[in-house]
Amino acid sequence: MSHSVELIDVEQAFGDVKAVHHFSAHIAGGEFFSILGPSGCGKTTLLRLIAGFTEPTKGRVLIGDKDMAGIPADRRPTAMIFQSLALFPLMPVWENIAFGLEARGVPKAQRRKRAEELLELIALPGYGDRMVHELSGGQRQRVAIARALAVQPQVLLLDEPLSALDLKLRQHMRAELRALQKRTGVTFIYITHDQSEALAMSDRVAVMSAGVLQQIATPQELYANPATPFTARFVGETNAIVGTVRGIEGGLATLTTAEGRFTGRAGPGLTDGARATIFIRPEAMALSRIALPNSLNAITTSLEYEGASAMLCARSEHGQELLAAVPNRQLAEAPGQGEQIWLSFAPEEALILAEEGQPA
Amino acid sequence: MSNIRPITPLDRLARALPKVLFAAYLALFIAYLFMPLIIMSAATFNASKFPTVTPWLGTTLGWFRELWNDAAMWKALWLSLGIGLAVVAFALPVGTAAALFLTSLNARARGIFYAVMVSPLLTPGVAIGIATLILWRQAGVAGGTFLIVMAQATFITAYVMLMVVARLQRFDRTQEEAALGLGASKWMIFRRVLLPFLKPALIAAGFIAFLQSFENYNTTLFVRGTDTPLTVYIATKVRTGLTPAVNALALILIALTLVTALVLELNRRRKER
Amino acid sequence: MNEMIKRFGPGLGGFFLILVAVWIIGMVLAPNLMMLNFSLKPMLFPNDIGGPKDVYTVDNYTALFGDRVHRAIFLKTIWGSALVMVATLAITYPLAFWMAKVASMRGARAMLTILIIPFWINEVLRTLAWFIILSFNGPLNAFLLSTGLIDQPVRWQGDFGVLAGMVYAYILFMLFPIYNSISTLETAQLEAAKNLGASTWRIHWRIVIPHAKAGIATGCVFTFMLAAGSYVAPALLGSPGSRWFTEIIYNWFFEGGNWNRGAAYALVLLVLCMAVVMVTLKIFRVNLADVAK
Repeated sequence: MSHSVELIDVEQAFGDVKAVHHFSAHIAGGEFFSILGPSGCGKTTLLRLIAGFTEPTKGRVLIGDKDMAGIPADRRPTAMIFQSLALFPLMPVWENIAFGLEARGVPKAQRRKRAEELLELIALPGYGDRMVHELSGGQRQRVAIARALAVQPQVLLLDEPLSALDLKLRQHMRAELRALQKRTGVTFIYITHDQSEALAMSDRVAVMSAGVLQQIATPQELYANPATPFTARFVGETNAIVGTVRGIEGGLATLTTAEGRFTGRAGPGLTDGARATIFIRPEAMALSRIALPNSLNAITTSLEYEGASAMLCARSEHGQELLAAVPNRQLAEAPGQGEQIWLSFAPEEALILAEEGQPA
Repeated sequence: MSNIRPITPLDRLARALPKVLFAAYLALFIAYLFMPLIIMSAATFNASKFPTVTPWLGTTLGWFRELWNDAAMWKALWLSLGIGLAVVAFALPVGTAAALFLTSLNARARGIFYAVMVSPLLTPGVAIGIATLILWRQAGVAGGTFLIVMAQATFITAYVMLMVVARLQRFDRTQEEAALGLGASKWMIFRRVLLPFLKPALIAAGFIAFLQSFENYNTTLFVRGTDTPLTVYIATKVRTGLTPAVNALALILIALTLVTALVLELNRRRKER
Repeated sequence: MNEMIKRFGPGLGGFFLILVAVWIIGMVLAPNLMMLNFSLKPMLFPNDIGGPKDVYTVDNYTALFGDRVHRAIFLKTIWGSALVMVATLAITYPLAFWMAKVASMRGARAMLTILIIPFWINEVLRTLAWFIILSFNGPLNAFLLSTGLIDQPVRWQGDFGVLAGMVYAYILFMLFPIYNSISTLETAQLEAAKNLGASTWRIHWRIVIPHAKAGIATGCVFTFMLAAGSYVAPALLGSPGSRWFTEIIYNWFFEGGNWNRGAAYALVLLVLCMAVVMVTLKIFRVNLADVAK
């Protein structure tokens, strides 16, 4: 089993700017762990801190239960894959892959042999003598991974490595990365701003916003039970209606909003009278021609066909934008544009979360 | 449409005139650039004792023989080659170090150091020679080959620095981090990642540095002491007894430059493909 | 400094820093400061150094402006260099524009290759070529006599020869920067201007020249500086009556034997060139980094 990574109350400041606040996480050995957040949220800083390119201003980084303070990047059991890949353009592929071995003084014949093995692993046998610029985007990607794996790292750090690829290739590489991780058993820490990427590959995901950790959870948990309004909005599509809590009972809360009264599951730490938002996923919305409990009246504005389902967009009379997923088999009965409809949802499928900065 | 009149030959001329004028200008320009070199080269083959093409006193190759037998010329040539190599050996590492130093500074400090480093290029060559001469005299070193190298290297290093800076601007620093992350030492990163990247610029800069040194006259004149590199030898010849043997030397140097320029150009074109 | 050590380690980083220090301090700053110090001292015999006569004075500078002949030569050097600068600008601008915007890619490339050739050739040799052409019994006089334009050979050497030789020697220092800056101008801009009815003059005055100002400034700075500091052309193509400022400096060092005064003269030349650089950059609102490309 490869090494675990433990971050204890890590903080990173650049001058007056705090890029990371009090970040704590335990990443198990052999886990595929993603850090998800919009650009500028501090996730790359966090990764560089684990790699040892920067030292944290406060807090500790442990890799394999060993404190990394004062240990520079070249002596940590990590390897990093950069957003730009940072392959060496003037070396052939095999020398790129074997670079870490060269740094460790491995004799040339052995380096070459190991490079060939890794080329097999990434399904590029016989590519050793090509130059980097002769490879396609996806092939370069794989070479960068092989180069990192060659030094047999305990932890592989990946900084949005798929962002330069086109959609089709990106989806293919996701599966490949996941398979590779399973095969090698190396701990992966993966940084991305693309939530579908994080959900598809990871064992667990940490969501970050403005340097602050929002939640660490499995993808399913993250989607079903977001801990903060930020997570609820950032992960997946959702309907969000702001209001005030009026009564909590047996795990359910009632919220009064400009659109009416709604009942949903009470999120953690929700208190009566607090300002809160109710989140309803589009697929939880049901369409009807009559008013039901927990329903909103709206006029459809568009219907966008997305293949497996269609996304119905509507606007309430107060201007609230609403989304509802319409499964294919119901498409025939879907309302036309400008039609008056009701959108309803079951209380168990809605989640009410306290807004930040409000008394909780 | 009645106001359209037929195009007369005069109109054609008026329309073509700018083009004709420009073609004439172009031809004159090229003639201006090359005629002196051609005349100088041609004078090599004239039997006249003074190098000229008018009057033509008969064709001879004798001036090449005279040049070949001129021991002072050979001495000057070897000296110039030696100085050129010494300047390259100094300017390449120092110019590279300066470029790396410059890129590691913040914007404000960079501006100041940049101005200081570029200043030798904006200083008249004679002033560089004089300043060097005066400084070293305090240390008891008189003009000579060593001072020629020092004085020339002062501004030639700036050329190298500029060329390396230009190349460095296209360097992706994450390559260094990637190498570091793979366990490479600082020395290995420099040798295996940065240096190979700089190599083309270093070759070009070395070439330019050598040429700058080889053809320098102004700076050299003040620090040469009693040593006579090739440019000084030629200039002295002009004033003390010019024969077409000097033209023969000029012709050979021109031919060498032409061949080098051609090879470089072909090389560049081949690379572009 | 720390950044260098951090990036290259103490050994290599320290070595680089030492090299840079040797160059900047030992070869750029110290010699110039020493020259300044030297120029502010009177010429002394070795055993007077450190004695009562070893005092700071500006005599060496006032001497330059007090001496009528030297002052005249200094002023002539300035306007002569300015003339060289203007002449090269006028000669090269149309060609630079043609190469950058009118000629085909191949035409411009071929022209560039052709033009670079004389550029590679030693300044002394280029001047020698003019020495031969302009000599009293040389080809230029022979040609003009044969066409009947003159009936007596003309003595070209002197002021005319010096300026002609300098224009020839430095012309490409003007051409290349201008060419480089014009080639970054979008051709569409010219077409738009033409389309809006602008005359050729107006297009150049309002669009091409403003765009190429960095290149023009660079070319001007370099030709002026090279001309003012030139020694070869005046020495080979001049006559006893057409002395250049650098020749006076040379004489102080190697014939007059007054190094202190020579140092003062050299500093005046240096300050002149720096001043021209600064003023030109100010006028054209260009910064130093654009010049040094």
